[in-house]
Amino acid sequence: MEVIGKSVIRKEAVDKVTGRAKYTHDYQKIPLLSGKMVISPYGHAKIVNIDTSEAWKVPGVRAILAGKQYPLTGEAIRDRPPIAVDKVRYHGEPVALVVADTPAQAKTAADLIKVQYELLPVVNSPTQAFQKDAPLVHERLGEYKKEADSHPVPDTNIATLIKIRKGNIEKGWAESDTVVEASFSFAPSDHVALETRCATAEILPDGNIIIMTSSQAPFMVKRLIADYFGEDMGKIIVRTPLVGGAYGGKAPVQLEVLAYLASKEVGGKPVKILNTREEDILTSPCHIGLDATVKFGANRSGKITVAEILYLWDGGAYSDKAIDLTRSGATDCTGPYNIENLWCNSYCMYTNHPYAAPFRGFSHSELSFAIERTMDLLAQKLNIDPLELRYINAIMPGNTTPTRVRLNKSNVGNLQKCIEKVRGLIKWDEGPVTVLNDRFIRVKGVSCSWKTSTIDTDAPSGVILTFNRDGSINLMSGVVEIGTGTKTILAQILAERLKMDVNKIHVRMEVDTQTTPEHWKTVASRGTFMGGRAVLKAAEDVIHQLKELAACVLRSPKEDLEIANSRVFLRDDPAIGLHFKEIGYGYKYPNGNTVGGQIIGRGSYILRHLTPLDPETGAGKPGPEWTVAAYGVEIEFDKRDFTYRLVKAATVVDIGRVMNEKAAIGQVMGAMSMGLAFAGRETFYFDELGRVLNPQLRTYRPLRYGENPEYLVGFVETPQIDGPYGARGVGEHGLMGMPGALGNALSTAAGVSLHNLPLIPELIWKAKEANK
Amino acid sequence: MLPFDFDYYKPETLQEAVELYQYLDQQGKQPMVFSGGTELITLGRIDLAYTEAVIDIKWIAECKVMQVSGDHLLLGSTLTLTQIEEANLFPLLTKTASEVADHSARGKITLGGNICARIFYREAVLPFLLADSQVVIAGPDGGKVAAIHDVFHEELKLKRGEFLVQTATESRFIRAPFFSVKRRQQWETGYPLITVAALKIDQELRVAISGLCPFPFRSKEIEAAINKSGQSATVRVDGALAVLPKPILNDVEGSAEYRLFVLRNLLIDVLAALDGARFR
Amino acid sequence: MQSHTITLNINEESHIVTVRAADTLLYTLRGKLGLTGAKPGCLNGDCGACTVNVDGWPMKSCLMLAVEAVGKKVTTIEGLKKAPIQQAFIENFAFQCGYCTPGFIMNCHSLIEQHPDADDRTIKEWLESNICRCTSYIEIEQAVKSVLKKK
Repeated sequence: MEVIGKSVIRKEAVDKVTGRAKYTHDYQKIPLLSGKMVISPYGHAKIVNIDTSEAWKVPGVRAILAGKQYPLTGEAIRDRPPIAVDKVRYHGEPVALVVADTPAQAKTAADLIKVQYELLPVVNSPTQAFQKDAPLVHERLGEYKKEADSHPVPDTNIATLIKIRKGNIEKGWAESDTVVEASFSFAPSDHVALETRCATAEILPDGNIIIMTSSQAPFMVKRLIADYFGEDMGKIIVRTPLVGGAYGGKAPVQLEVLAYLASKEVGGKPVKILNTREEDILTSPCHIGLDATVKFGANRSGKITVAEILYLWDGGAYSDKAIDLTRSGATDCTGPYNIENLWCNSYCMYTNHPYAAPFRGFSHSELSFAIERTMDLLAQKLNIDPLELRYINAIMPGNTTPTRVRLNKSNVGNLQKCIEKVRGLIKWDEGPVTVLNDRFIRVKGVSCSWKTSTIDTDAPSGVILTFNRDGSINLMSGVVEIGTGTKTILAQILAERLKMDVNKIHVRMEVDTQTTPEHWKTVASRGTFMGGRAVLKAAEDVIHQLKELAACVLRSPKEDLEIANSRVFLRDDPAIGLHFKEIGYGYKYPNGNTVGGQIIGRGSYILRHLTPLDPETGAGKPGPEWTVAAYGVEIEFDKRDFTYRLVKAATVVDIGRVMNEKAAIGQVMGAMSMGLAFAGRETFYFDELGRVLNPQLRTYRPLRYGENPEYLVGFVETPQIDGPYGARGVGEHGLMGMPGALGNALSTAAGVSLHNLPLIPELIWKAKEANK
Repeated sequence: MLPFDFDYYKPETLQEAVELYQYLDQQGKQPMVFSGGTELITLGRIDLAYTEAVIDIKWIAECKVMQVSGDHLLLGSTLTLTQIEEANLFPLLTKTASEVADHSARGKITLGGNICARIFYREAVLPFLLADSQVVIAGPDGGKVAAIHDVFHEELKLKRGEFLVQTATESRFIRAPFFSVKRRQQWETGYPLITVAALKIDQELRVAISGLCPFPFRSKEIEAAINKSGQSATVRVDGALAVLPKPILNDVEGSAEYRLFVLRNLLIDVLAALDGARFR
Repeated sequence: MQSHTITLNINEESHIVTVRAADTLLYTLRGKLGLTGAKPGCLNGDCGACTVNVDGWPMKSCLMLAVEAVGKKVTTIEGLKKAPIQQAFIENFAFQCGYCTPGFIMNCHSLIEQHPDADDRTIKEWLESNICRCTSYIEIEQAVKSVLKKK
């Protein structure tokens, strides 16, 4: 291995430290109109009247979109009007859109639009939504167009139900000696990508629709806009430059639709919509909330024999991606433990909250909090060491998943190895509690996770390679550079396969759906796996073409040729060979005759053997492999004030193979940081009208420099045989165990079981008070 | 993005600023005195502030003063919190101000801006309340010097067209032992849950608080309870908690009950730090 | 008076621009001068993505009016000339998506210039002004310290 595993500097590094890296909002042109939304100030209200007359008087106003029926949008169920009509269903929902010459004019006009509302009863939690007499968020749920595997229940707030039935529950309970049951709850929160979402749209006279967007899914933008509005798909050209953080939040399609509608309204002129931070938090989709009830039964030796799990996901006002999140949560509902007898109902509930987008971990960090807290409660009841309990129940090859996929040595990592490694990293054997003095203690908590990526069964990835005349190669892939460095890793994979200098590979950073081969979406830690497989195939294609031509020129059988260092040469006499620059554009003989032609490599990959889930039992193959991980968190806890400091956080993940060491460590540490922030501080605070009370970064507070703990990262390498060089997805896993591990540490420290997020001192104080 | 337009003025003397204000006010421009301007920008962009004329006073010499004059420390209202921190002429102020917003923002937020802020924490005022400081105010009636206790009740009570020019603080307070702590909802950044600043002078403790009520305050009643001699720390703190002003904040940063829990412990810490009355 | 033609000293060059009095320095840098290195992240002084350097100190350019910058020396990320902190960010993998990076680097750069002997407490006080959502901050800490150590 020459390049794989090396900490290669990312290709766009210099641009990023010199301010030259460009994101969607950095592209400016004249004219470029500005779109400004008017958003709902309430969670649930009837729109009685919209008065735009004053707004029209503002100079520079070119269009106002309000009160008009547009085709309904939404990925799994078409339930969302791009701009609300009749009623608003969440705080932040677009009610009108002003298009003006400058951002200031658009804002001035938007402020002058008067909307009259009549308040409706608010559905403020998924548990409330589940009650029989709950107000309905969607009265006409039965009439919406939907995907075949969405199962909305008309006249309720149920957007979908995913059922998992495995083994025999009665048998499981009969075999169990100890039972624990607990409920957990937390509200939605936010991704806080530093770049707020932004989209521009322009419709040219020939009908071409040019969209630029800060998105993880430019190809989905193209498909959905064609689908929603009957446009020719080939005329929709979506461009995505660098993206300033995404974490799942930029996978849904929203502002693109508004920009498109706005441009249409002004005769195709270019219109830009840039979310303010408040809009990015309120209007654009958020991080899902969850109410969960988990019941485990175990025998005396600690083996879990049965589980009954109820997940009520807070999908918010519109189902969009929440349906997939609900399914994904069901798929891996037990956490990484082998439980033969299983019943799980996973409901996607409509509420009057901002609607949900994927969030790094795709419902796994959320369900892990419920599962991992329950594991600690079980350990306590059984009087077994919590790490030991996880070890003996760890999922392994030969076991089946909740959806009955038989695991083998390739499609699941080695959890027991991860547990053993984390045990050493956090010095677990010193014991979970160290007393510093009569007020301060240091306490550790542990957790585990697993995840497969539930993506469309026909999700593609493609790569094109072209040569430059100096023999260097251009790599084009539809993977979006959202910060994960995947495009650099693709270059490493190509360099490794062609045994060439990675610096001679040029990566196109921008995605353009007209000229870049499709990569389904840059989500689910699938960029390296799928994009990598496509690169390998494109490399094979190039190798084949290079050797074919070289065989002719060198008058040698193809089999005798090798490729390395940008040359094709004879295996037994490397001095005889050709540099890529001599054959990349055909070989030119001294007399001018040329043979061969421009070499263009192509490669594609599609996941195999995936199936939808059976609607009654959940049986099916939702994803290609399960990455597993074990975690530890250590805190310093103040027994008087219930405040705490993060001391250490550790993740050991079975990564399959480390592709870029520093980048991999960075991914895991960054994910832990985000997970600790989610676990420890981040949440939306709602009032009784369903309003989010903290939609600014001074009241919604991500982790800051110095609040972070020391990070420990370990890797286990159990190759995924069909992954590129054995690699598994890793972008999400550092995050997933943090809420559980922190919750476990704090529950031990405070001597009280904690069931909510975020784990702020007041929460602990309240639990202590309730326990008095 | 401020959606409204305004005229921008840079007066160079106090008199010019005062006259400008009166003139613009008569014109109906809703003039606003501006030093760091962070509130105009952050509240203006969400339609909570409006003006048609900005009078930027940070070019006026008196507003930029930072000097010891005789027995007093003079601090101009347009000094940034960072300038005050870096000079560190009033350690209690340095400590208290250094917890406001964040370091970069404190390079723009000014002393006067924080004391006169609409966002109600106004933590920079706490040290001046403790130190019986005086404030210099410019206005249409000419300048005046007033005891801070006479003009600061929950907020600085300025008449139309008046603005804060300087604070003056006696050096014996500046040298006095102090304690200042800011407790937040979680970890080390964010608005205060409770900020307590305390100072010991003439064997008496003084305490000023922000974040408990929708205004910062120093209370004679609380100090009387805290200073009751011959009683245990708990009794003294209980006494203080019984005489708190109202209302107690109950918001996303924390419930009223929890704030009282936090305040109790912080007051015990004040006693431990400044009174040597160890309490566990 | 609502619009002003002003001269700004940016990256050691004089620029004459016409601005609304209400325009922030950030809006002016990006919209009038094409200097898009400073990023909007909140326009509220909370996130630090728009940080530039004014007379040697870090400034959130969304909190400053362009008219306030007259007579001051403004340096943006585009004006850094191979500052050691830039290379340190690369070597320490101190960014991922890169959006907060210009602001973070400008704050770090000011810190290194103002306090070449900064201790942990000072580093923390300064750097908690910026949010990075991708890295763990450890990488940024290593980058800053690697430059401070050389000083």
